[in-house]
Amino acid sequence: MLKVENVHKSYRVGGLFSRKKQQILHDVSFECGSGECLGIIGESGSGKSTLGRLILGIEQADQGAVLFEGNDVRNRHVRSGNMSAVFQDYTSSINPFYTVKEAIMEPLTAQGQVRSDQDARVDRLLHQVGLDASYQTKYAHELSGGEAQRVCIARAISTEPKCIVLDEAISSLDVSVQIQVLRLLKELKNIYQMSYVFITHDIQAAAYICDRVLIFRSGKVEETIDVKQLKHVQSDYAKQLMEHLITF
Amino acid sequence: MRALKNLSRDKLASLSLFIIAAIVILGLFAPVFAPHDPNHVDMKLRYAGSSWAYWFGNDHLGRCILSRLIYGIRPSILWVLAALLASVGVGAAVGFLAGYFRGKTDAILMRICDIMLSFPGYVMTLAVVGILGAGLENILIAFVAMKWAWFARVIRTSVQQYAEMDYVKFSKAAGISNRRIILKHIVPVTFSDIAVIASGSMCSMILQISGLSFLGLGIKAPHAEWGMMLNEAREVMFSHPELMLAPGLAIVIAVSAFNFLADGLQVALDPKRMNSGKQPRVTEVEKPNVEYA
Amino acid sequence: MLNMLEVNHLRVWDANEGKEIIRDSSFRLKPQTCLAIVGESGSGKSLTCRSIIRLHKPWIRQSGEILFKGENLNQLSVKEMRRRRGKQIGMIMQNGMGAFDPSSVVGVHFQETLKGHFGWSKSQVETAMKKAMESVMLNHPIETMNKYPYQLSGGMLQRLMIALTLVLSPDIVIADEPTTALDTISQYEVVEQFIQLRERMGGSMIFVSHDLGVVKKIADEVLVMRNGVIVESGSVEEVLSAPRHPYTQYLVSTRLELSSHFNEIMRGE
Repeated sequence: MLKVENVHKSYRVGGLFSRKKQQILHDVSFECGSGECLGIIGESGSGKSTLGRLILGIEQADQGAVLFEGNDVRNRHVRSGNMSAVFQDYTSSINPFYTVKEAIMEPLTAQGQVRSDQDARVDRLLHQVGLDASYQTKYAHELSGGEAQRVCIARAISTEPKCIVLDEAISSLDVSVQIQVLRLLKELKNIYQMSYVFITHDIQAAAYICDRVLIFRSGKVEETIDVKQLKHVQSDYAKQLMEHLITF
Repeated sequence: MRALKNLSRDKLASLSLFIIAAIVILGLFAPVFAPHDPNHVDMKLRYAGSSWAYWFGNDHLGRCILSRLIYGIRPSILWVLAALLASVGVGAAVGFLAGYFRGKTDAILMRICDIMLSFPGYVMTLAVVGILGAGLENILIAFVAMKWAWFARVIRTSVQQYAEMDYVKFSKAAGISNRRIILKHIVPVTFSDIAVIASGSMCSMILQISGLSFLGLGIKAPHAEWGMMLNEAREVMFSHPELMLAPGLAIVIAVSAFNFLADGLQVALDPKRMNSGKQPRVTEVEKPNVEYA
Repeated sequence: MLNMLEVNHLRVWDANEGKEIIRDSSFRLKPQTCLAIVGESGSGKSLTCRSIIRLHKPWIRQSGEILFKGENLNQLSVKEMRRRRGKQIGMIMQNGMGAFDPSSVVGVHFQETLKGHFGWSKSQVETAMKKAMESVMLNHPIETMNKYPYQLSGGMLQRLMIALTLVLSPDIVIADEPTTALDTISQYEVVEQFIQLRERMGGSMIFVSHDLGVVKKIADEVLVMRNGVIVESGSVEEVLSAPRHPYTQYLVSTRLELSSHFNEIMRGE
């Protein structure tokens, strides 16, 4: 369903006329099937956020393509209604002038869907993410981290997309809240039959929710492995990552 | 609107808004409010002090100062406001495009701005006036032509910072059109920044127009204009100093009102002041770098 | 043995809003132990640390007894307090980037701090820092000292702070969420460094964290805080294996659940 083919990306380093380039992504290719939760595990500086932006069509790759159901993801009509995202920083994820209701309805109203049962629809979405209807009129700065992230999730699922990219979506949350959000995401995935691209540095979180993971390092895919087979990772880097885990 | 409600809490800003509104209305409906014809010369009343018929007295040609002041609102404030809006309009359009789209668009637009900004402002205004001739329209044309580049630069910086926000990223990811994103996300958040710099610039523009009129390059006699009134009063500064009082005070009050309004707007338009009204605003004492639920 | 630090009836409140944040906190820090303070955001753990070294925002006030080696810190003058900070009570912050002045290289920060406390010359500072940096596994110490904070990663900045602490050798080290903003490999290495720091310095440590996994690894005793109140305290084995308070049980169970899948996978098949 989502296909990343031979993607290269570099940024120009230095001033306006410098030719120096810093290569961020080197020949990245992978696929994410329908209904699958794919984890992209990488440390900071590995280029995973850049990869996330390319998947969402926000930036353009130098070479290669990102295809959603065969169509180029850069075309916004391909993404509209099919793809969505949840980001790490919930303090800047919602427009400070928007109420929760307006934020959640945004992707729908943009599609031109003016419905008379908007209130009911937002209520239903809020309920699904574990918040009650009183949150509709609140503003972003009145919400705690967990609540704000739930609103972002409600917003992401409002168009019932086929694929959601979660870029370190739980990393800024308290551990006890992380687990609640992960449970919620799992539930929603089953209800809506969506696929997730779960970008994170936390292997344990990825192991909780993902079916398959990509180990990502320095802009390259080091290894792809089924979550159930995590014990049998092959590459040295993956082994190093596993050894450096602090479990409980 | 929410902004007005927030503004009403700030007494100084509300007062300023009231004064500005009053000035604008007086200016728009000058024929209704002015007690006498501003250009009516009556040499018998030269330098007359205030009287019941002429509240602010008469100037060196016997004209009613109050009426001249009211009619003078039109060029001194209203036309300047129009020029300001035109200038901000052009600057904002350029700023939004450059700040949002970045890359080549940004580079080209900014180079054009740089060219415009490399001309020294006041000198260029004088040059334009010198070429096109004195007169209010020419000064305003010069202003718009010079100022838009500065607005474009400042607005672009503001837009760049907001275009990086995650909610813009989300909208882009969700496939919302750029036009919609700019209108719904960028414009409202930058509006407060724009309002603040616009009201700040208003002050300097009023002063510049008055200054140019003071030098004799502004509106042509006998039309009323505050700066020109100051100029005329300057000639008799030592014999009749009170003539400078009325236009001088008017300028000070107007400029101060805009200034305080700008300050008040900056606070009133701050989104953190909006709340759903159901709970009292909670200020978080401990805001660690990575926040948890 | 005499307690290294005794906090009695600490009360912290916000003078602007008139709200009490920490109600009546009392705890002990024994010598040569590591006390962890855990809790969610808003629980007051960072505020407790800042109360000990008395570095609050201007509208936050505190009262109570803070006995450091028998002396009440709350009653010292600002000047006296400053002399205690760094040299006797060291603090390591969460955000490495924010702890260093971005406009100068990190070496300058070290020079200023060490000169201020010990009156050392430039070369003395360099020698001492070099040794400390090598022991925290920072190769090329001289090169690193000439870099600006933005050129260094979060993990490296944390290690630099640990190195500085090693040189200062305070009696108590307070570490406020030092590993929270780091990713997996950096976090592991920094925690190792902290363990070594403890062994080498032999002093006491207060380690604030929200991650029970890290706490289990490094701490001897733990305090659980919630909404400004200490709900449970005791040794790490007791509190984390057999928590008594329902809130602690909740924290432990959610942390367990997060690792559950992973542990299952690693154990099974």
